[in-house]
Amino acid sequence: MKENFIEIKHVKKEYPMGTNKFVALKDIDLNFSEGEFTGIVGPSGSGKTTLLNIIGSLDSQSEGEVIVLGYEVADLSSSKSARMRSENIGFIFQTYNLLPVYTVFENVEFPLLLLRINKNERIKLVTEALKWVGLLDKIKSRPSQISGGECQRVAIARAIVKKPKLVLADEPTANLDADNSHNILKTMKKINEETGTTFIFATHDAKVIKYLKRKITLLDGSVAKDELVNGG
Amino acid sequence: MLKFLAKGLVRDRSRSFFPILIIAAGVMLTVIFYSWLNGYINMLIEDNARFDTGHVKIVTRAYNELIDQKPYDLAMMNVGHRIETLSRDYPQIQWQPRIYFGGILDVPDENKETLKQGKVAGLGVNLLNSNFERDILNLEQAIKQGKMPSKLGEILISRDIAEKLGIQINDEVTMFGSTMYGSITMQNFIVSGIVVFGVQILDKGAVIIDISDVRKFLDMEDSASEILGFIPKYNEAATYQISAEFNEQNSDPTEEFSEIMIPLKDQGQMAFMINVIDQRMGMFIFIFIFVMSLVLWNSGLMNGIRRYGEIGVRLAIGESKGHIYRSLILESIIIGITATIIGTGIGLIFAFMLQHYGINISSFMKDAEVIMNSTMRAQITPSCYVIGFIPGVFASIIGACFAGIGIYRRNTAQLFKELET
Repeated sequence: MKENFIEIKHVKKEYPMGTNKFVALKDIDLNFSEGEFTGIVGPSGSGKTTLLNIIGSLDSQSEGEVIVLGYEVADLSSSKSARMRSENIGFIFQTYNLLPVYTVFENVEFPLLLLRINKNERIKLVTEALKWVGLLDKIKSRPSQISGGECQRVAIARAIVKKPKLVLADEPTANLDADNSHNILKTMKKINEETGTTFIFATHDAKVIKYLKRKITLLDGSVAKDELVNGG
Repeated sequence: MLKFLAKGLVRDRSRSFFPILIIAAGVMLTVIFYSWLNGYINMLIEDNARFDTGHVKIVTRAYNELIDQKPYDLAMMNVGHRIETLSRDYPQIQWQPRIYFGGILDVPDENKETLKQGKVAGLGVNLLNSNFERDILNLEQAIKQGKMPSKLGEILISRDIAEKLGIQINDEVTMFGSTMYGSITMQNFIVSGIVVFGVQILDKGAVIIDISDVRKFLDMEDSASEILGFIPKYNEAATYQISAEFNEQNSDPTEEFSEIMIPLKDQGQMAFMINVIDQRMGMFIFIFIFVMSLVLWNSGLMNGIRRYGEIGVRLAIGESKGHIYRSLILESIIIGITATIIGTGIGLIFAFMLQHYGINISSFMKDAEVIMNSTMRAQITPSCYVIGFIPGVFASIIGACFAGIGIYRRNTAQLFKELET
């Protein structure tokens, strides 16, 4: 397991609010290793999503240093950070965010198109990813034709299809019922254990917490607790 | 990726249907307008060529100085021989002598005294010895009553002057005028036919007489005020080249009775009119691109707002802003080309109908001073098939370019947040 897979040093994030500034993250110091199955937990407004976005290079910190997979995120240009996300990071969202006009297969295929992977390889990888999430029978369906749980499984397949080193999941179970949540989490856990993909969740769902190996609790933008759980 | 984008466009009708509808409508109008102008210009050229200018015209330099007055006292002599040499030197061109003159048409009563008189514009052409002028002036179709002159002493008169002076077929009329040398002259003619050309300025008061009769009437033996040249298919560049060659060999600026050849476009206001029409077409296309771009920009912005979610996901997945921007432009090209093909197809159908049936505009041309047919028709040329691509594709691309700027002006985090809202 690679140490210092992600390094977060003295990170502060401020947002302008009128003439004042809202501080979303205060002096965060964290390290993540490869293969972790970690949750950033805390109440709404505690800074979980902001931290996840900074790790995913979708946002940048106001102060401090964030090194993800050896890249200093703040130094990356827009196109370089896009390339880093494209090659190394998968995203899973609370609202699935599938592209509604495309089929399940095409949604999962999209990240591979960006990587210019040839057609035969794309078919193989998409089939493999859909097999992981158990949706091989839905490849021609559109997102509007499948359930919320199935949509989230498609989102997982889309996140893992390019075999990323890191998957960032923002409240992945928030819109799901208990059964679907457990299924989704089991799937992600299995992927983590079998492929070594690092998963970092932002969540306040107690069901997720049961599956985590490490739990980082954020309160008002600061790390309140960082602990190994469930035998992690 | 192209296939992926095309699938999205086909499946998401709100992304493609409205822009295609707008562009296709605009392209359709462009094609109709363009073919209409084509028809108008072509009609203007051909009508003027038939009745007045030829595709090229030879006159004396002195005549050319006063050409608007049609001064037949400055006409060319030995025209028969001249036409023989011209036909030998330029076998691809049909040469026809003409005499344009003015006169008074006198209608006598039963006592052979003047009953009515009217001013007429006379045209002396070769009616009896060849069919060429009959065909080029379309006389067979133009005769609404009576028949073509079959012998000397017969005359065709236009409908309006016939109605005004109460002239019937086979009536005897007298033409008054002045000879080439300035003497008063008169000659009787039998009205063999009444013509309607559909060209208001001619229909108002023209008479057509065989050139032999006109030569006799005006004392212009073997003369012609103008020699018109007709090439099988009008070609502006060819007329300029032939004229330049001819003038190099035959025209002497110091000799007022030396010949000068004038191409059609350099006669009267033709060049000005054609240039004005070309400019109007250019302006129309520019305005079309501008207005369509504004509409498509707005449509693109609305669509972009609707697609912020999609754009946010694509950014998160790892697509760069530049790639997204380029893909939006690629989509606009696909939309532009598709819409242009549809718009061109529909436009050509309407243009074909306008070409076939035409629109009668005679009521707008009662006092027209130009030679122009009163039925306006479109003309479909090869350029009609491609002209729509300029505004269609440009407007689509410009609209997408403006709309897509929003992607750059919002930072990634903002776009990504909008994805979650």
